[in-house]
Amino acid sequence: MSKIDFMPSELDQSQQTAIAALSAPRPAPPRYRRTPLTWLQSGGLSRLAFLIPLIAIFGAFSWYPIVKLVITSLQQTNFAAPAKWVGLHNFSLVIHDPLFPIAVRNTAEFAGLALIFGYPIPLVVALLVSELRRRRGLYAALVYLPVVIPPVVAVLLWYTFYNAGPTGVFNTILHWLGIGPQPWIQSQSQAMPSLVLESTWANAGGTVIIYLAALTGVNSELYEAASVDGAGIWKKIWHVTLPQLRTVLLVTMILQIIGTAQVFLEPYLFTQGGPNNATITVLLLIYNYAFGNSLGPQYGEAAALSVMLVAFLALFSLIYLRATRSWSSE
Amino acid sequence: MSAIRVRRRREHPKRVTEVPTGGLVLASDWRRPSVKWGLGTTQALLLVVLVIIGLGPILWLVKAAITPTQDTLIQPMSVFPHGTDLSNISNAWTQVDIGLYLKNTIVLALGSWASQLIVSTTGAYALSVLRPKWGSLIMVLLLTTLFVPPVVLLVPLYLEIVHPPIFGGTLENNYFAIWLPAGASAFNVVLMKRFFDNLPREIFEAARIDGCGPVRLFVSIVLPMSKPILGVVSLFAVLASWKDFLWPLLVLSNPSEQPISVRLPTIQSETDLGVFLAAMLIACIVPIVGFLIFQRTILRGTGLGGALKG
Repeated sequence: MSKIDFMPSELDQSQQTAIAALSAPRPAPPRYRRTPLTWLQSGGLSRLAFLIPLIAIFGAFSWYPIVKLVITSLQQTNFAAPAKWVGLHNFSLVIHDPLFPIAVRNTAEFAGLALIFGYPIPLVVALLVSELRRRRGLYAALVYLPVVIPPVVAVLLWYTFYNAGPTGVFNTILHWLGIGPQPWIQSQSQAMPSLVLESTWANAGGTVIIYLAALTGVNSELYEAASVDGAGIWKKIWHVTLPQLRTVLLVTMILQIIGTAQVFLEPYLFTQGGPNNATITVLLLIYNYAFGNSLGPQYGEAAALSVMLVAFLALFSLIYLRATRSWSSE
Repeated sequence: MSAIRVRRRREHPKRVTEVPTGGLVLASDWRRPSVKWGLGTTQALLLVVLVIIGLGPILWLVKAAITPTQDTLIQPMSVFPHGTDLSNISNAWTQVDIGLYLKNTIVLALGSWASQLIVSTTGAYALSVLRPKWGSLIMVLLLTTLFVPPVVLLVPLYLEIVHPPIFGGTLENNYFAIWLPAGASAFNVVLMKRFFDNLPREIFEAARIDGCGPVRLFVSIVLPMSKPILGVVSLFAVLASWKDFLWPLLVLSNPSEQPISVRLPTIQSETDLGVFLAAMLIACIVPIVGFLIFQRTILRGTGLGGALKG
C-alpha cells in the first residue's frame, strides 16, 4: 500500500481525495479501564476542549451539509413552501433533462482534451528541466507562475486574448503567421478547445513541479546500471524513468480527471455554457439549476445531480485505490 | 519487465544538497557532442518557450495596463505605439474602487487563514497527542469528507448559510459565511496530524512529568516545533482564499463586501478596457510577489504533493 509522506493543501480537495484515500487512521494505543473520574483527572475536559473547534466546524460545514445534500436530493425545496418528499423524482428529472447528456458529453470532452493537452507536455518539460545543470529554479518559477495568477484573472485575461476581431491578441499573432482570424470562444467548434487551452496554461505548472519532485526520487544508480548495459538516453527513459514514475503518472492522471470533472470557472466566465450549449458542463448545470434559473431555484435537481457527480468521482477514487494497491504489492 | 530493472528501489537517505541533475544523462553522456548540443539547444529553446508562455501573458497585462485603451484595442501586440497612459491605474482606484475590493480580499484571506489554522492545529493536537477515546471515529469521519469535493456541497451549504438551522437569522453578506466553512478542510487536519505524529514523544512525556498541562504543551512546545508545517498551511490557505470565486460569489451579494475576484467579472462589461486590465494587474500583484518571496516553500510543497512512497 502506498503511503504519502506529505501533501500540500494547495491541491484542491478533489485532488486531495484520491491521495488521502491512501492514508488509513492509525490504531489507537492500548488503554486502561476508565471511569468518569479518571477521565476528568487525566485531562478529559481539555481533550474535549481541543476538539471543539474541529467538531463544531466540520459538523456544521461538512458533515451536516453532506447529509443535507442527500436529503435535498430526495425533496422538492424552495423557500416559499415547506419541503416535500418526492423520492427519486429529482434524479429522473435530471436524467430526462435534454441538457444532461450534453453536459456530460461536454465535461468528458473537456477532460479528454485536457488529458491530451496537459498530460504529456508537463512530463517532457519536467524531464528537460531535471537534466539542467544550472538555473533549474528559474525554469521552475517560470513554469509555476501561471498557477499563482488568480483563476478569475487568468480567464478574463484570456477572454481578452480570444477577442474574435482581427485585432485580437491571438488573431494578431496568427496574422503574423499568415493565418486568418479565428472566432475562438464564439464558435461552437472552437469554444471547448479554447477553454481547455486556457485551463492547461493555468494548471500545467503544478503537474510539472510534481513530476520534477518525483524525478529527483529516481535512484541514479539505476541510470548508471542501464548505461553499463549499453542503454542510450531514450532506452533509459523508457526502461528506467517511466517505470519508476508510474505511480506518480497514475496519480496525476486520476487527479486531473477528478479535477476536470468539476470544471466550472472556464465555461461560466468565458461562454456561460454557450455558444448553443457547446460548453455547458455538469457543474455549470448544477449551478444553473440552483442559482441561474429564471423560473426559481430547483435545489432538488441540483442536489440530485451533485449526488450523481460524487458517486461517479468516488467510483474513480476506488478504481484508483485498487490500481495503486495492486501495483505496489506486485 | 526489463533486464535493466535489476533491483528494487532501495531506501536511500534524503539528499541534503540538490543533486546536480536528474541523473538520466550522465556526465559521460554530456561529453558527447551530439548530446551536448542537442540537449543544450533543446533546453535553451525550452527557456524561450517558457518565457513566452509563462511570463508573456503577464508582461502583456503589465504593458496593457499602462497603455491607452484605443492602442490596446487596435494594436494589442505593439509596445506603446502612442506612449503610455498611467491614468488607467489611478482610474482603477478612483472609478472602480479597486482599493476597497483589495482590502476585502485581504480581510477574507486573513480570516480564512485564522480559521483553518485554529481548527487544524487544535484538532490535530487533540487527535495526535491527547488521543481521546473516540479519536479514531473522528478520523474516519474526517477522511470520509475527503471523498466529497466541496463544490458538490454548494447547494446544501448555501441553504444553510441563508437560513441557518437552530440559530435562525442569516449569514448572507457576512464574512463568517466565508471564514467558518474555510476551516472545514480535512486535508489540513490530516497534514497537521501527520506532522504532530512525527514529533518526538519523549519531549511530551518529559513536559508532562514536569507538570506541563495540555494547554501549555500545545502553546509552548507543539506549536513552536511545528513552524515548517504551519508555514506551508498558512501560505496555501492565503493563496487558496485569494483564488476563491464561486463561494464568495454566492454568499456575498453586496458589492461593497465582495473580494476582487468576484468583483472583476461584474465590472468587466461596464469598465473601460484599459482600466479593467489595470484592475486585473492589481489583483495579481499580491499573489505574484508572495510567490517570488516564498517560491522555495511553495514549490517544495507542491512538488511533494506527488511524492508517494512506492
